Amino acid sequence: MTDIPSSHDATGLIKRPKRWHIGVFLLPAFIVYSAVMILPLIETLRLSLFNTVDGQSTFVGLGNFKVLFGDERWSEDFWNALKNNVIFFIIHMLVQNPIGVALAAMLSIQKLRFAAFYRTAIFLPTLLSFVIVGFIWKLILSPIWGVSPYLMDLVGLKSFFSPWLGKPNSALIAVSLISVWQYVGIPMMLIYAALLNIPEEVIEAAECDGVTGWSQFWKIKLPLILPAIGIISILTFVGNFNAFDLVYTVQGALAGPDGATDILGTLLYRTFFGFQLQLGDRSMGATIATVMFLIILAGVSLYLFVIQRRIRRYQF
Amino acid sequence: MTRNAIKGLLLATSILGTAGLAQAQDVTLTIESWRNDDLSIWQEKIIPAFEAKNPGIKVVFSPTAPTEYNAALNAKLDAGSAGDLITCRPFDASLELFNKGHLASLNDLPGMENFSDVAKSAWTTDDGATSFCVPMASVIHGFIYNKDAFDQLGIAVPATEAEFFAALDKIKADGNFIPLAMGTKDLWEAATMGYQNIGPTYWKGEEGRKALIKGEQKLTDEGWVEPYRVLAKWKDYLGDGFEAQTYPDSQNLFTLGRAAIYPAGSWEIGLFNTQAQFKMGAFPPPVKNAGDTCYISDHNDIGVGLNAKSANSEAAKKLLTFIASPEFADIYANSLPGFFSLNSTAVKMADPLAQEFVSWREKCQPSIRSTYQILSRGTPNLENETWTESANVINGTDTPEVAGEKLQKGLDSWYKPAK
Amino acid sequence: MSKARHSLTRTGLVHLALIGYAVISIFPVFLTLINSMKDRNAIFRNPMQVPTFETFDLVGYTTVLGQGDFATYFQNSFIVTVVSIALVLLFGAMAAFALSEYRFRGNMLMGLYLAIGIMIPIRLGTVAILQGMVATGLVNTLTALVLVYTAQGIPLAVFILSEFMRTVSDDLKNAGRIDGLSEYSIFFRLVLPLVRPAMATVAVFTMIPIWNDLWFPLILAPSEATKTVTLGSQIFIGQFVTNWNAVLAALSLAILPVLVLYFIFSRQLIRGITSGAVK
Repeated sequence: MTDIPSSHDATGLIKRPKRWHIGVFLLPAFIVYSAVMILPLIETLRLSLFNTVDGQSTFVGLGNFKVLFGDERWSEDFWNALKNNVIFFIIHMLVQNPIGVALAAMLSIQKLRFAAFYRTAIFLPTLLSFVIVGFIWKLILSPIWGVSPYLMDLVGLKSFFSPWLGKPNSALIAVSLISVWQYVGIPMMLIYAALLNIPEEVIEAAECDGVTGWSQFWKIKLPLILPAIGIISILTFVGNFNAFDLVYTVQGALAGPDGATDILGTLLYRTFFGFQLQLGDRSMGATIATVMFLIILAGVSLYLFVIQRRIRRYQF
Repeated sequence: MTRNAIKGLLLATSILGTAGLAQAQDVTLTIESWRNDDLSIWQEKIIPAFEAKNPGIKVVFSPTAPTEYNAALNAKLDAGSAGDLITCRPFDASLELFNKGHLASLNDLPGMENFSDVAKSAWTTDDGATSFCVPMASVIHGFIYNKDAFDQLGIAVPATEAEFFAALDKIKADGNFIPLAMGTKDLWEAATMGYQNIGPTYWKGEEGRKALIKGEQKLTDEGWVEPYRVLAKWKDYLGDGFEAQTYPDSQNLFTLGRAAIYPAGSWEIGLFNTQAQFKMGAFPPPVKNAGDTCYISDHNDIGVGLNAKSANSEAAKKLLTFIASPEFADIYANSLPGFFSLNSTAVKMADPLAQEFVSWREKCQPSIRSTYQILSRGTPNLENETWTESANVINGTDTPEVAGEKLQKGLDSWYKPAK
Repeated sequence: MSKARHSLTRTGLVHLALIGYAVISIFPVFLTLINSMKDRNAIFRNPMQVPTFETFDLVGYTTVLGQGDFATYFQNSFIVTVVSIALVLLFGAMAAFALSEYRFRGNMLMGLYLAIGIMIPIRLGTVAILQGMVATGLVNTLTALVLVYTAQGIPLAVFILSEFMRTVSDDLKNAGRIDGLSEYSIFFRLVLPLVRPAMATVAVFTMIPIWNDLWFPLILAPSEATKTVTLGSQIFIGQFVTNWNAVLAALSLAILPVLVLYFIFSRQLIRGITSGAVK
C-alpha cells in the first residue's frame, strides 16, 4: 500500500487537454462546503485578530493571544480546560478504544449467534441525543433517585457509592465514562468492518501454521487492523477536542463543580456566546477557537505525517 | 431513483419552508423568551386577551430553554432574525443589548407611567435617562416549608438564625425528613437560593450592595463572608449526595414530602401548588438576633423590550402597552403566583403563599441581588464566579474566607469603582 | 482437554462478555422506557420496577402528545436527516472520487482544504451562517438546516470515502475506460456500488449528529413549523423539568424514530460491510 498506486499513472499518460469531469466531481462539495462552512469560519477566525477598543473594532494583531496566555485569569481557565481535555482524551483512548476493539474481535468470531443483536444493542447509545444521554445518566447517578446505590447494593458495594458528578475529583472521570458509554459503538463498528475485510486466505494460512485463538488475534489480525485503529484514534482525538455537548448537558455551561469538568469546548461556548450574566466576547471566543484549531491541526498532522507512515511501513 | 427521490424531497423542503410565510396577511408578532414554563399561560390567557382587543395582530410566544436563551438570542439579534419583542433579563445583560442598538428606547411608550423608578431601574441606563424594557415581574427569596412536617414535629416557624438551626437539628434528629432540600450540582441553586437568599441580612441589603459598587466595602468584609459561613453550616442538613443533587431533584424531594424546608424563590409557588400533597407555608430569611431589621431579596427579574429592528414596531408597541397595563398585571400575577407585578396599581392576589411572600415587603428592607447591577460587566463575571464559590463553600472545597478572597480578586482585576 | 470443549467454553465466555456489555448499553434506555409508563410516586419509590397493574400510568404520554405537535417535529427531523445524508453521500463521494482517482495540480491542497472541516466545529461560524441565511431568506426553513448539515458532513465523508476508493481495483476502472465508459459512468456504475459499505458507514456517522443536533434548529429554524424532534423535546424538558412522567415519555418518543432509522440503515450497513468482506 504505497501512497499512490502506480496504475494511476495510466490516467496521466493518456493526455487529455481538459478534464472537465474533475471539476464537475469536485464542484458541488466545494461550493456548499466553502459557502456554508469555510467562509463563516474564516470570518470567526478573523475576529481573533480584532478586539473592541473604545467601541470600535480594531486590529490588534496577536494581542488577544497575549491576553489569553499572559493574563492570569484567562490563562488559568485555559490551562485548566486544556488539562481536563487531555484527561478526557486519555480516558477515551484507554477505555473506549480497547473496549471497542475487544467487542469487535468477539463479534467477528465466525458463526457467532446473536451477533446482530449484540451489535445493535452496543451501538444503540451512539444513536441517542445528548439531551437524552445527559438526562438519563444524571438520573441514574443521582443519589436521590437511588438507581446506582441500589444496583451497587446488589453486589455489596454500596459503601463505595458517592455522588460522583458532584465531586471535583470524580466528576471528570464520570463524565468521560458516560461519553465512552455513548461512543464505544463507533470504534467497534470501524474495527468490526476492518476485521471482516481481512482476506480469508490470510486467516487460513495462519491456521495451517497452527496460529489460532488469541495468538492469531495478536499476531495476525491486530497488525492488519492497525490502520483502522489509527483512524479511530484520530477521530477520537478530533472528537474529544471538539467535545462540548455532553459536558454541557450533564454539568452545565459552567462545567462544575469548581470547573472540574471544564473542557475547551465549554470554555469556548461560555466565552463566545456568554452565559447568564456573562456577555459573549466574540474576539476572545474566536481566539480560543483558533487555539483549539491549532491544537487539533497539530495532532492531525502528527498522525498524518508520522504515525500513519509508520503504520504503513510496519505493515509491508 | 435516488436522484428523483432527492429532487422530490428537496421540493418538499422548500414547500414546507415557505408554508410558514404564506399566511402573512395579519401582522404576526413573535416574543422571544426563556420562560418556557409560561407557554400555556400566554397561549391560553394573555394572548387571547390581547388579540380580542387588537384584531389583525397575531402573537406567537416562542420560548427557548433558559440556559440557551442568552446565546441564542444574541446570535439572532446580531443576524437580524430575532423576534419583535425580547424578554429582558435584568440589569447588565439587557443594558448591553440596548447599548448595542438591539433594543429600542421605550421612554415614550404609553403605559410606562404605570411603573415607579425602582421598578424601571433594572432596565434603565446608568444615567437614568432611558428605559428600554417594560418591567413585568419581580421575585422574592425566602424559605418554603412543609407545614404538616412542622406540625408533626412541633416546630414553630423560625425567626432568628439560632431558631432556624434549632429547627434543622430537630428535623434531623427525627430522621423522617431531610431538613433542607438543596443541592450544589447546578451551582446556581447554591448561589441564588443560598447566598443571595440569606445574604442581604448580613450585608444589610441595599446599603451593603451600594457600598460594594462604590468600593467602600469588599467581598472579604465580614458582611459578605458571614453569609458564606452560615451557608457552610447548611452542609450537615442537606440530603445524602447533595453534591450531585440537581435543581429538579431538590424540587421533587420537597414536593414529594421527603424534605421539610426548601430554600426558595417565589417563582416556585405555582409549581409547588400543583405538585405538593401537603400544606405549605413560607418564612423570610431569619435575622441574626430577635428584633433586628429583616432584609429580603426582592429582585426585578423579568421585563419585555422592543427589538429595534422589528418590522412591526407599531403593533409591537401596542402589545407592550398592553403588557404595561393593570389588566395584564392582574392576569400575570394571578396565573403565575410568585411573579409579583411591578405595576404601581396594586394587584389582588388570590394565592395565600404568594400573599405571604409579598407581605414581607412591608416589614423587611427589600434589596436586589448583589451581583446583578454593574458588578457583572467584566470578566471574570462576578455572578458566575459566585455560583461556583457558593457551591465550593457548601461542598467544603473552599473556606468562606478563601471564597471571599477569590471573588474580590476576580472583581479587582477589572472593576475600578467610580470615585 | 479436547479442542471442541475448549472452544465451547471460549464461546460461552464470549457470549457472557457480550451479554454483559449489551446490558450496560441497553439498561439506561430500558430504565427510561419502563419509568415513562409509571405514575409519579412509583417513578421515585421504585425506579427499578417494571410497571405493574397499580403503577401503570400513561399520563406522561398524554401530556406530551397534548402539548407539542410531535408528528410535525418527527416529519421535520426525518426530512432534514434524510435529505442531508443523501446530499452528503452524493457530493462527498463525487469529491472523494476526484481526489482519489485523478492526479491534478492542487489535488493534495484540495484534500487538505476539505479535511480542515473535520477539525473545527461548525458551530463557531454560527453568527456568519445565520447572517447568510437571513440575507437569503432561508431562516426558519428546513433548507437552511439541510445546507448546514451537508456542509458539516462533507469533510468526514470525503476523508473516509477517499480512503476506501483508493482500494478499488484500477484494472476494473481501466477496463471500463477501454469499453468506452465515460468517467461519470465509471463513477456511478462501477465505483459507487463497490464502496457501498463505506457509504453505509458514512451514512450512519452523518446521521447521528444531524438527528441529535440542538444548536442549529434552535438558531436557524426555531419556528413551530420547522422544529425538529430534538429541539421539541429539549423545550419540553425545560418546561416540564420536574414532571418526570412527561419528560421520560418525551425522551422515549425521541428514541423510537432513531431506532427505526438505524434499523433501516443497519441492514444496508451490515450487508455493505459483509459484501465488502466477500470481495
